[in-house]
Formats: sequence, C-alpha cells, structure tokens
Amino acid sequence: MTLQADLRVARGGFRLGAELAVQPGEVVALLGPNGAGKTTALRALAGLLPLTGGHIRLGGRTWDAPPDVLVPAERRPIGVVFQDYLLFAHLSALENVAFGLRARGAGRATARAEAARWLDRVGLAAHAKAKPRTLSGGQAQRVALARALATSPELLLLDEPLAALDAATRLHVRAELGHHLRDYPGHTLLVTHDPLDAMVLADRLVVLEHGEVVQEGTPTEVARRPRTSYVADLVGLNLYRGTAHGTTVSLDDGGTLTIATPASGPVHVVFPPTAVSLHPEHPTGSPRNAWRVTVAGIERHAHTTRVRLDGVPPVLADITTATVADLRLQPGDELWAAVKATETHVYPS
Amino acid sequence: MTSTRRRARGRLPVVLVLPAVVGLAFLLVPLVGLLVRAPWDTLPEQLFSSSVGEALRLSLVCASLATVVCLVLGVPLAWLLARGDVPGRGVLRALVTVPLVLPPVVGGVALLFVLGRRGLVGQYLDAWFGISLPFTTAGVVLAEAFVAMPFLVISVEGALRAADPRYEEAAATLGASRWLAFRRVTLPSILPGVVAGTVLCWARALGEFGATITFAGNFPGETTTMPLAVYLALETDPDAAIVLSVVLLLVSVGVLAALRDRWISGPS
Repeated sequence: MTLQADLRVARGGFRLGAELAVQPGEVVALLGPNGAGKTTALRALAGLLPLTGGHIRLGGRTWDAPPDVLVPAERRPIGVVFQDYLLFAHLSALENVAFGLRARGAGRATARAEAARWLDRVGLAAHAKAKPRTLSGGQAQRVALARALATSPELLLLDEPLAALDAATRLHVRAELGHHLRDYPGHTLLVTHDPLDAMVLADRLVVLEHGEVVQEGTPTEVARRPRTSYVADLVGLNLYRGTAHGTTVSLDDGGTLTIATPASGPVHVVFPPTAVSLHPEHPTGSPRNAWRVTVAGIERHAHTTRVRLDGVPPVLADITTATVADLRLQPGDELWAAVKATETHVYPS
Repeated sequence: MTSTRRRARGRLPVVLVLPAVVGLAFLLVPLVGLLVRAPWDTLPEQLFSSSVGEALRLSLVCASLATVVCLVLGVPLAWLLARGDVPGRGVLRALVTVPLVLPPVVGGVALLFVLGRRGLVGQYLDAWFGISLPFTTAGVVLAEAFVAMPFLVISVEGALRAADPRYEEAAATLGASRWLAFRRVTLPSILPGVVAGTVLCWARALGEFGATITFAGNFPGETTTMPLAVYLALETDPDAAIVLSVVLLLVSVGVLAALRDRWISGPS
C-alpha cells in the first residue's frame, strides 16, 4: 500500500505541482525554503485544502481527485502533528490524546485506556491530568505526537514538529521522535525547513522550491550531490553548474574549474568550503584552480571562520582562525582562492 | 506635612477631567437618588405584596426563557456569521444588529404585524394551530428575545472570530465532524464570550419595555413585567414604583457583579 500523490494546487499567484510517493514504514521529508509550498502540500494531504488538480491515493482508495472525489479530513485515516501542536487548552493531556479515539467512535473507557497507554509510550504517564498550558514545549510536542498516533493512522503528517522548541530540548526531542517514527508502520511525511531534522529523521528527502520538486533521494545522495544552490547551501557545499570538456568545466555563470576525472556535457561541480585555501599572492605548485576574489563577508563559527568571497565564480571558504589572523582579513580585501582539482566532485546535471 | 504626589507628566487637563466628573455624576446620581428615595422601612412588605412579587417572578421567568431562545438560535447564527461561507455575510451581520439600534417600540409594532392574528405569519399560526401570540406570556418572551438576541449574537460572534479556526482543523484531522468539533473544541474555548453575551442578553431582556408593551400589552400576571409595572405604578403608587425600580437595579448589579470576576474579565 503506497501513498501516491500528485499534488496540484493553484491559489492566487501560487502554484504547487509535486508528485510524492511514500512506502509503508517510510519517512519522507519534504524540505524547502519558506513559501515553497510545503505546508500547502501537507494541508492537501490532510484534507484541509482541496486539490485543484492531480490526485491523492492510498492503497486502493482515492482521497482526492478533482472534480469527482474529495474525502474530508475527518474521514481520512490520518494523524497530524501541527507546528504549534494545537492541543485543546480546556482538555487534559489524556483527554487530548483520547479525543481522536472518541471522535472515531471508541467508548469512553476504551479511549481513555488507549490514550493512557500512548501517554506512557511517550513518557508522559505522570502528566495525564495536566492541562496543555502547564506542559513544557517538549512535553506538549510529545502529547501532540501521541494524539496523532493514538488513532493508528495510515498516514502521519508532521508540520515542522521541532520548530517551536529551543535548541537544547530540540536535540533530545528529535532523537525521541526518530525512535517513534521508526516504530510506526504507516506512511510518514515530515515537512521541515531544517536540513538537520530532515537528514536525521527521514529515509528519503524531497526538496521543494517554488512549488516544484527540484531534487529527491536519500539524505546521503542529496548531501553529496546537491542539484540547486538552495540544497548546496543547506548541506554547506559550493555548487556550480557548467559544461565539461575533459578536465575543464566552463561554468554557466562565468569562470572555469579544473577537475580530476575527465567528463563531458552538462555537469555539477561541488567541493566543500574547507577545500578552499586563500592566498595573498597567486599560489604556485601542484595543478590547482586559482582565481582572484574579493572578501564580501566574514562569519565566525565555533572552530572555523567562513569567508564569503566574490569573484568569477563566487565561493565560500572555511579557514582556521590562525589563517584569518595571518591574512588580516577585512571585507573588500583582494585575495587568491585555490582549490585542488582532486577536491572537486563532479556529477552529470 | 502634606504629601504631594509627584506627577511625571504634569497635571491632568481640566478640559478632560471636568466633563469626566460631570459624566460620572450624571450616570450615578439618579441611581443614588433612587436608593435614597426608596421606602426602606416598608420595602419587605412591598416586595412580598402580590403585585410586585408577581411582576418580579414573571420578569425573571420571561427574561430567562427569552435568553434560552436567544442561546438556541443565536449561537448557531453567530457561528454561521463567523465561520459559515455564506455570501453577503457583511450584509447579514448588519441586518442582525438592526434590533440593536431600532427603537423597541418599532420592534413591537413589527412583531405585531407579522405575528398578530392578521399578520403575515400570525394568520397561519392562528388558522392552522390555533396559536395566537400577541398579548400572551409567550408574546412577552418573543418580544424580549427579539430585542435581546443581537447582544448575544454579537458577543458570541466576536468570540468566535477571535478563536483560532486551526483548532477546528486539528479536530477534523482527528476524525471529528464539524458539529463534534464545534461542541467539544470551539464552544468550550469561546465559553467566556458566550457567558458574557448571555448575561448581556438576559439583562436586556429583563429591562425590555417598548416592544413588550406594544406586542404583549399589559395584563397583570400574564404580561406585566417589572418595567411595565414600574411605569404603571408611577401613576398610582410612586412608592411601589421606587421599590420595583430598586429591585430591578439590585438584580442587574447583582448579576453583573456575580459574573464579572469569573467570566467578564475586562482589561484591568
């Protein structure tokens, strides 16, 4: 039973056109910048927003196929964890978790027993009687997850489930969420703009930009071979598109790079910022790429300094603090950037 | 030593303070006067006299019934205005508030011409069911409900529009129909607004005069509510009028005070 979705929504000036397939037990992360259409896709799958084209099917059943079929949200076997959880404030944690079971026809006692079991599974048995406003962010997130899973849905939808948490809680809750998602036998779609959440929690990433799928694959594939500058940015790589002739690549936006393995035709060239070295003079020595750049920005991270450099092509470089001191880097300084051909990774675009 | 409170922003401007004090006096002096003039020594006696007691009981019963009618019809109407995807919602909302600004007498006349024995609807009620509403206790309830319902609708609609509709969506994803979501999620979250609207509605119904006397007339024990009794007594027995007025005043203030802390938490 696969979830097959061809999500087409046209609303105002925005168009979403994304095909998704999720296998049972699989966690797919829908990753993209704000305004890419992630939430629209999630709402369409949940039945809170009707499609204007395409279809949503799970197993043999059609949930949405305009203009004939539209199963409303309350009749879809789904569970949703909303970004700010939307726990019902006047109900206790237990009643929140029992709500879906009651709404789907379970008796009061059965629903409460099942809800108590779920609260126990997420480690909140002691907070069964607590009202949502007395719970911490991490606890509220776990109640929301228990509420979504208690009805044994076939499709679990998570909308930025970790976005409302502070950094320290987030690490812990992320690990826990991963644990529950691995145990969950249904289909999971996780919407996030955080690449770390996506990489850690998902089996497969689908990257959405401007309402379209621009890349999909396992986290490793996406991280190694980004296809758009958004993805390259997310995974922290320098990415260039160009045309290869042997070991020379003419970049689409100007400049050339020398690569180690001969290739031909349209390619992507990536290398990490740590592969870039900076020199006050033209570097000499082994075969390498070297070009003039201007310092556009300097950001200090924990152990390295990231330097944004304008040039043909522009490039990000991670250098040690010692090098920063040596070169006395200032925005506007002119330097030479160098990258060894063997540090580049090339794949067809 | 006279302690002078130091003001960081200078004195309060007289042009504002003076009218404010006059306004306050204008609102409070008549009420104080009423209390001063009240025949406190004969009050209990008056209160338990049959005519006052009857009017009071009738008033409480009719205002409460009218409030129930308003709740049953008004809450769904407020929901429709706030959430329903009906065309011309703005116009509907404006129409609902008409009884708010309409002179109650006009409301009474309108009711009479629609529900009267020869009225638009009334003639069929009379012919088919033998029901005649004008000049009956049921007529009092109708007249009060007509005048008081906008207070409830506006209050509940305001609460509904302030409530986050995404909670209803969350309920839907959990399998709740719209009715269940309304009952178990939306209604509890707007309860303070509903209670505030109910109190306003009840108070307005209790004080209703114009529409009641026009549509239901003035029959002691059947349609003579407190405000009507006050008006009548003023001609014949001013002391009784004052007693009735004091009772109405105390009931209103009492209800307001009792509910204020719990439900109607204004900005403090």
